[in-house]
Amino acid sequence: MNQTAITAAVRRPMPGLGVYNVKLGMWVFLLSEVMFFTSLIGAYIILRFAHPDEFAAPGVVLNVPLTAVNTFILICSSVTMVKAYAAIERNEQAGLKLWLTATILLGSTFVGVQVYEYIHLIQEGFVATAVAYAAEGGPLYGSTFYLMTGFHGLHVTLGVLALLWILTRAVKGVYSSQNLGGVEAVGLYWHFVDLVWIVLFTIVYLI
Amino acid sequence: MQNDGETAHPPYMLIWGVLAVLMFAKVGVSLIGMARWVSITLLVLISLLSAFLVALYYMHLRFEPRKLWILAAVPIPLIIILLALVSQDFG
Repeated sequence: MNQTAITAAVRRPMPGLGVYNVKLGMWVFLLSEVMFFTSLIGAYIILRFAHPDEFAAPGVVLNVPLTAVNTFILICSSVTMVKAYAAIERNEQAGLKLWLTATILLGSTFVGVQVYEYIHLIQEGFVATAVAYAAEGGPLYGSTFYLMTGFHGLHVTLGVLALLWILTRAVKGVYSSQNLGGVEAVGLYWHFVDLVWIVLFTIVYLI
Repeated sequence: MQNDGETAHPPYMLIWGVLAVLMFAKVGVSLIGMARWVSITLLVLISLLSAFLVALYYMHLRFEPRKLWILAAVPIPLIIILLALVSQDFG
């Protein structure tokens, strides 16, 4: 059985949900991720409203304009990712590689800006156990900020690595309109990371 | 969108534009000095709208079988239960 035949078998919709296994597995994984981030957000909401004095108003400590631009970059990476998927659906190899590369560059930029933000905040004394910011925010602010944004940043980093793997396979010509399960699965993960950040950006930076 | 041969695509660039506008609208709402509960309500609603747009069009949920919709909705009651239970800590 050659690679195309194997892939076609893997991508065949299953009778239950009508979704092939790779995609179904990714969806189940993402739903577990929803609960993971919900637990973090739930804890943050409780701590935020139970200890309002420990948290600064929007823009006092955190750089909202910089992160807004970074959020825009992540939104752009979602559209490049979906363009990559659309390209391989039409069997356009060059388009797949081009849009995947763009997504990787945008995702890397997002992580880079987040690292820059961390360095800047740490230099100003805003660490996980910050007491220097007692006037605007206490240890709870720093610990919840780094916990939530750190876990998301880790997810983005893993997403960039997965995209690099997909790009490597794309360069080898593995994917086609009949074999795009890997591109779609990683794409789902990437869009989910974007979706989570849309919520986190609001809760952590804007409220 | 998983079926072989299906090539109809949603307007990806239009969705991108809407997401960008909604994102900058959130920043505007946050910076404009309005009542806190109004600001929080608007921010949550805009975020939910953005999240649904990503799930429906970029994750192609809108074009998936209804059974996958049900699967994707499983966390929603769990989220409500979780947040309702942790909110008891306020009491």
